[in-house]
Amino acid sequence: MTDRANVTRRPDGAALVIAAVLAVIAAVIFWQTAQMRVVAVYARVGPTTFPYIVATGLAVLSVLTALSALRGSFPAREKDNHGPMFWIVGGLLAQMFLMFPLGFSVATGILFAMTAAGFGQRRFWFSLPVGIVFAFFIWLVFARGLQLSLPSGPLEAAAMSLFSSMSGGA
Amino acid sequence: MGTFDLLLQGLMAALEPMMLVYALIGVTLGTAVGVLPGIGPALTVALLLPVTYRLDPAGSLIMFAGIYYGGMYGGSTTSILLNTPGESASIVTALEGNKMARKGRGGPALATAAIGSFIAGLIATLLLAFIAPWVVRFALSFGPADYFALMVLAFITVSAAFGDSALRGITALFIGLGLGLIGIDLQTGQTRLAFGIPDLLDGIEVTTLAVALFAIGETLKVACSPTHLKEEVEAIKGSVWMTIEDWKRSWASWLRGTFIGFPIGAMPAGGADVASFLSYSAERNFSKHPEEFGEGAIEGVAGPEAANNASAAGTLVPLLTLGLPTTATAAIMLAGFQQFGLQPGPLLFANNATLVWALIASLLVANLMLLVLNLPLIGLWVRLLTIPKPWLYAGILSFATLGTIGANAAVMRIWGVSFSFELLLLLAFGILGYLLRRFGYPIAPVVVGLILGPMAEQQLRRALAISQGDPAVLFASPVAIVLYVVAALALLLPVFLRLRGRGQLLGQLATDED
Repeated sequence: MTDRANVTRRPDGAALVIAAVLAVIAAVIFWQTAQMRVVAVYARVGPTTFPYIVATGLAVLSVLTALSALRGSFPAREKDNHGPMFWIVGGLLAQMFLMFPLGFSVATGILFAMTAAGFGQRRFWFSLPVGIVFAFFIWLVFARGLQLSLPSGPLEAAAMSLFSSMSGGA
Repeated sequence: MGTFDLLLQGLMAALEPMMLVYALIGVTLGTAVGVLPGIGPALTVALLLPVTYRLDPAGSLIMFAGIYYGGMYGGSTTSILLNTPGESASIVTALEGNKMARKGRGGPALATAAIGSFIAGLIATLLLAFIAPWVVRFALSFGPADYFALMVLAFITVSAAFGDSALRGITALFIGLGLGLIGIDLQTGQTRLAFGIPDLLDGIEVTTLAVALFAIGETLKVACSPTHLKEEVEAIKGSVWMTIEDWKRSWASWLRGTFIGFPIGAMPAGGADVASFLSYSAERNFSKHPEEFGEGAIEGVAGPEAANNASAAGTLVPLLTLGLPTTATAAIMLAGFQQFGLQPGPLLFANNATLVWALIASLLVANLMLLVLNLPLIGLWVRLLTIPKPWLYAGILSFATLGTIGANAAVMRIWGVSFSFELLLLLAFGILGYLLRRFGYPIAPVVVGLILGPMAEQQLRRALAISQGDPAVLFASPVAIVLYVVAALALLLPVFLRLRGRGQLLGQLATDED
């Protein structure tokens, strides 16, 4: 690159990993496509044509990425903190696995609190209840109001039976 | 019936009370997401897609268009008052706009942005209305080979023409094309790359991919970034109104911005961000006060803001007439059409004329609403900027997962553990989005590749089936040849410019989101 020509640059390890991943994806597409049983009519043009084109493209891009990595021509990166990453990815995982036993509101409330924690807001006694109430409100609007199918759990069931008994009593 | 009559009929439909409500919701949401840094119109439309599944198609599409337009308006507010662009098309607005705000001229800067956006939106919507039928007539003669060439051109311009690296742009595109292969092949019913997972048979949902790349990826990037910029909201001091001098300096810039932005959007040549950059450099060349540029020149706000709105309208030309999305937002709007069983393209104008013209006319309505929403209510929008980051992003992720699980609530069970496969995909693509951002890969080509890839494949196979496998058919029509030449130019010209040392300008033009 013209503006950095006089700076000696080392090969970029992470970019080499990207090149390797692209090569693996290309290989997987080749392998899976080769395993398809194709009717003779489609032998020349059929469901395997486009996958082969895409896989070939990815293989070529993998080589070019490797060359680019060796030249060190990837843009400079800042060193990212990984703490917040664990909080947020952890929150998404927690929500995913707790969604069906606990219902949308509690699971999403946990995601809410853990995301806030990733951004430095660690007062869980505050963020967790806020998140659950917020998610319950969303659930009410979208699952009840707009008929979106959102998983419900004990909290939603309890709340709905409370609502119905209140409206039934009045 | 002439275009004018059709437009009038559309206007009547768009002025029905329910349609006005949809448009109002759209522009309000659009302005809000434009103002908030970190979420753009592409993400918002993606989030709303599953929610609107049961609503009226015309109303939902009018709402999506309102979000697109609103995002362009709202982005300028953040740029001017915070110096952090709300979305990528407003990056240049920050250059002059924030300087103006610091000098106490934030009011006129916001005013010229809003009025410029209004005028550009108005002219560009009319251009859209009058050009679209003409393109449709032309497109009706297109064969499969021509469509394939058109899609190749769109692939190149979305991924390689702008941005600082054609290699990374095309790699992003091919990741999207690869994801597009997953699922049942429409023509033969054969399963491709599903790895025995039933949830993959229908393919990857465009909304899941878009929400993951934009919402989760962006959240991770912001959270992990060590440089937390100090952000200060400039208070609006002095008069909000423009002086006569301001008007005199703005009007030509608005018009120039409009006529730069519209063709850029319409010609698959890049998104609104590209248009705004080109407009900015044009204004700097045309200005009678070049010394003011960098110090708060009003032309530098007026031109780019007009350009990004005009380009948003321009983007609808290929989307509606050819079914060709050229930006991430347009790609997701295409998914919106498909959700309602509608396929944009020349036939849409014949089969769903009422809907198309109501949609185009609703843009005029939305535009007027936005002017009203933005100028007097500016104080309200500014308050959105004061939401602390932890709550803002916690809310964004809650909504992101809501839309995803709402679209596909199927439960997967492995070793006795129940979970949502769609949320697992969301997480995986979210991490992909973070890595793409970290290594300087553009996001939009992945989304466009996923939705346009299968369409390009169909056209390619149709063309080759007609010729019994002879690839020469792809280059048989003059239209296709012209399109390939343009595509080659779009690929090679930037390389040439980079070699000539103009790479930095192109790097700034990186198509990020819209």
